[in-house]
Amino acid sequence: MKNIKEVLIYSGFERFWHWAQAGLILFLAFTGFEIHGAYSFLGFGDAVRYHNIAAYLLIVLIAFAIFWHLTTGEWRQYIPTTKNIAAQLEYYVFGIFRNAPHPTKKTALCKLNPLQKLTYFSLKVFLLPATLASGLLYMFYRYPEGGTTGSLTIETLRTTAVIHTACAFALAAFLITHLYLITTGKTVTANLKAMLTGFEDLEGTECEPEAEK
Amino acid sequence: MKKPIIITAALCLTGVILMGVLSGKDVEPGIVAKLKAKYSVKHAPSADHAGFEALKKKFTSPRQVTEACISCHNKRHKEVMRSSHWNWEREEYVEGRGVVYLGKKNAINNFCVSTPGNEGSCAKCHIGYGLDARGKGYTDQNNVDCLICHDNSETYAKAPDKAGAPEAALDLNAIAQSVGRPKRTNCGVCHFFGGGGNNVKHGDLEKALFEPDRDLDVHMASSGSNLQCVDCHTTKEHNISGKIYSLASMNQERSSCEQCHTAAPHGDSVLNEHTLKVACQTCHIPSYAKANATKMSWDWSTAGKLKDGKPYIEEDSMGNHAYMSIKGSFVWQKNVKPDYVWFNGTASHYLRGDKIEDTEKPLVLNPLHGSYADEDSKIIPVKIHTGNQPYDPVNKILIQPKLFSEKKGEGAYWKDFNWEAASRAGMKAAGLPFSGKVGFIKTAMYWPLNHMVAPKEASVKCGECHARSGGRLAGLNDFYMPGRDYSAAVEFVGKWLLLLSLFGVLAHGAGRILSARKHRNGENK
Repeated sequence: MKNIKEVLIYSGFERFWHWAQAGLILFLAFTGFEIHGAYSFLGFGDAVRYHNIAAYLLIVLIAFAIFWHLTTGEWRQYIPTTKNIAAQLEYYVFGIFRNAPHPTKKTALCKLNPLQKLTYFSLKVFLLPATLASGLLYMFYRYPEGGTTGSLTIETLRTTAVIHTACAFALAAFLITHLYLITTGKTVTANLKAMLTGFEDLEGTECEPEAEK
Repeated sequence: MKKPIIITAALCLTGVILMGVLSGKDVEPGIVAKLKAKYSVKHAPSADHAGFEALKKKFTSPRQVTEACISCHNKRHKEVMRSSHWNWEREEYVEGRGVVYLGKKNAINNFCVSTPGNEGSCAKCHIGYGLDARGKGYTDQNNVDCLICHDNSETYAKAPDKAGAPEAALDLNAIAQSVGRPKRTNCGVCHFFGGGGNNVKHGDLEKALFEPDRDLDVHMASSGSNLQCVDCHTTKEHNISGKIYSLASMNQERSSCEQCHTAAPHGDSVLNEHTLKVACQTCHIPSYAKANATKMSWDWSTAGKLKDGKPYIEEDSMGNHAYMSIKGSFVWQKNVKPDYVWFNGTASHYLRGDKIEDTEKPLVLNPLHGSYADEDSKIIPVKIHTGNQPYDPVNKILIQPKLFSEKKGEGAYWKDFNWEAASRAGMKAAGLPFSGKVGFIKTAMYWPLNHMVAPKEASVKCGECHARSGGRLAGLNDFYMPGRDYSAAVEFVGKWLLLLSLFGVLAHGAGRILSARKHRNGENK
């Protein structure tokens, strides 16, 4: 336990992006499941309207986030790796109950463990694009926008809608586990505090040396 | 450090809500404002007919009035005599059977069934005089009844059972001098009473529309735009636009909402997108028969019961005829929620003499064509009128009974109460075979609803169709509708995924709490 310093692990933009995205996705889930007929709160029409607005905002946010990831090189943090993946899995299944230490060292340059890398990579490369694409198709399905211009012609909305719904269920399941896994940091609140303030008490900033060799 | 994030998040949420509220306008404001301005201009007649010498000489018969009209308007009667209002038929192309001449002259419905043999009575709603079974009335130009449409004195009226002639003792000179553009009263005297009484047939056309309030009809409201029928049913050479599919078959010369409101009348693009598949009427006519009840069902099979050898009438709780010896039993309803069907503007018809394929299931007299897959189809609201009406079980064709006659003994059902005699006389007049046997068959007719448009506040709300169950469109299942439809498999897997995730994290968390306690206890020891 040496060299522990308070390190800035999440930059201002990253935190803004994270929380804005969290808020939008929660809002989209809330309105989306109402549109799906799961419950009635805003009323169908308003639920659709707000869902669409939030969707556009999310697209703008994602565009900024992609730019940020590319320009800062942060995207590299999400490249999946098999190294340590078994150890990480073992930690969540057994080690965590025995007070074992985290098998992966968290640093500013390597802030994701291999399971996180895999999850977030899948989220960003498969699930969110699939949700977005099916959502956009849903919006522009067969409809000439405002009665003026033509657009996509799909025979039925069913496939698009069912894919969009399936994505929503997957995202909701992610959300449940994600919210829980927040508590599995060094302390119960360490991860949450880091995402709110940007700072976490970490040892060093570099990635683990053996990762390089 | 937490504060800026909370503030940002709050700002974002406020932004979403603000955008939502600001984008939440229902109507494209320009269109309605222009229409209101257009229809608030009073119609100025181009001539005062009271000043014309031709209308000052004493009229003793309505035919003299027509003659006087033609003396100036010397070609208009020819237009009238080409119209379906006059001919009671028009050329219709019916898919699968080619061109047919269809109209009141030969159509069969499940109200009073048909006109042949009954002209003397039915002609009360013919725009001519002297209509008889031999069709003589159709060729004489002085038989054109100009006044039934153009009387603006509101005193002209046709006599019942007089082959189209007006009541006696009318001041024909005053009426002739009042003529002008047709008003709701001119059209309404026939079209509001079709089928033998107020609102019997259509459900959305009835006497309350003479002076409706805004809740009953937003267009015709006396205290509002006060639109007259001919404002929408535009007319060229006495050919009036608008079709009712009890008689029409083709998607042409229809009167539509779009002709004024355009195809994109809403401020909200999602609503505008609906117009591709949903007719305006579907959302804007939430219910019909709002002021007085309409006939939903007519059972001819119970007709003919007599009390002391005399026909009688029974009324329902709303004061409508529930039973008439001459017509059978009726079901009336008020404030009816429409049925909904796909419709592409074309229909086919049961034409007289058509063999009934299946006498077990209800015979639809005017099937409306359309489906989700058909690009021209939209969902429209309809009134479905069901009947139980006479048919010939041997020849398997619908019977057109003779109902009306001046005297007993001519076979007319309304005088003699004998189905066999009435059928024999009616089928003879229609030129159809009759086996001598009379049965009854269930029938249905579709009546598209176009009037009684509600104020926008009362239009159908999204959730009334986009609902898991019990929605207005629950019966239309050939397409996926958000809010109603789902994939059972995705639903099943999704729900279990969420439950297992929740259960998983709870179990994991509980395990951690327990193990932490154990460790702490171990350290304490």
